[in-house]
Amino acid sequence: MSACKDREQDPRIEGIASSIRVVPNFPKPGIMFQDITTLLLDPKAFKNTVDLFVERYTGKDITVVAGIEARGFIFGPPIALAIGAKFIPLRKPRKLPGEVISEEYVLEYGTDCLQMHIGAVQPGDRALVVDDLIATGGTLCAAIKLLERAGAEVVECACVIELPELKGRERLNGKPLYILVESR
Amino acid sequence: MSACKDREQDPRIEGIASSIRVVPNFPKPGIMFQDITTLLLDPKAFKNTVDLFVERYTGKDITVVAGIEARGFIFGPPIALAIGAKFIPLRKPRKLPGEVISEEYVLEYGTDCLQMHIGAVQPGDRALVVDDLIATGGTLCAAIKLLERAGAEVVECACVIELPELKKRLTPNY
Repeated sequence: MSACKDREQDPRIEGIASSIRVVPNFPKPGIMFQDITTLLLDPKAFKNTVDLFVERYTGKDITVVAGIEARGFIFGPPIALAIGAKFIPLRKPRKLPGEVISEEYVLEYGTDCLQMHIGAVQPGDRALVVDDLIATGGTLCAAIKLLERAGAEVVECACVIELPELKGRERLNGKPLYILVESR
Repeated sequence: MSACKDREQDPRIEGIASSIRVVPNFPKPGIMFQDITTLLLDPKAFKNTVDLFVERYTGKDITVVAGIEARGFIFGPPIALAIGAKFIPLRKPRKLPGEVISEEYVLEYGTDCLQMHIGAVQPGDRALVVDDLIATGGTLCAAIKLLERAGAEVVECACVIELPELKKRLTPNY
């Protein structure tokens, strides 16, 4: 499910897509990096981005917005504030001060780890997971697992950008994915 | 200038203060860590926090809100959105993909570095710097320098929490 595939594309999408800058060969040769910092420099585009998510999730009884460090911290909180949900930062190891649960995930070489505070989420919570971009889906998958281990129901994942060739959508334990912009 | 020292403390402050959790001995023994994640679990407290900042900065012609990685990314964007300003992430090294300028700052042992994209800010921009907490002021000082080097005017720094015992306030050698 993506806003850009809706039969009539929302008129705000084009401005959002064109505000994203592609930086070649970052962080390494061959990668075309999708840089959202230029979107954040355009107050109208940034507001439209948040509004599109808020319109989708208002009235859906979402109680938790979980944002993935660090760019998920930029998009998640405005959505949480607008829909009256808790915001939960999902972080790299050793950043969260309290007791945490951890979920490992696979990188191209080696593994990494995502953590969530114990007690942030309870059974009965309905959660949205937010990040700026979905690539392989590894990080989002780890986020879903953390929330489910704590008893929450993950309703959907929401990202600004999808890299469809990396098929991350298929790695989300069957959870739906909503995106605004596809990058090819 | 602090909202909690105003002659009549804004009634929202108490709820904000009580929603912050103190975690002893993190990241190392002797440190009482001010944990804002519990504030973020309280939608009313989080909204009040943002509202207090927005009320202060609305109508002040702020064109840029710069947030310091990573907890400044939580408080800065909602303020930027509400006042119609650009949001600029100030980041640890090697995170920003484009060309950057860097500012080093002193830690207890050694140094660290904050970076900003070239072109994010121009002369004439009026900037607010946002982070969750000010301790020694080293990171905020580096942030101010980055913005000023790019020609912006830093109007104010805004944090949720201050540790006043560490009042080495933005002096040039920090």
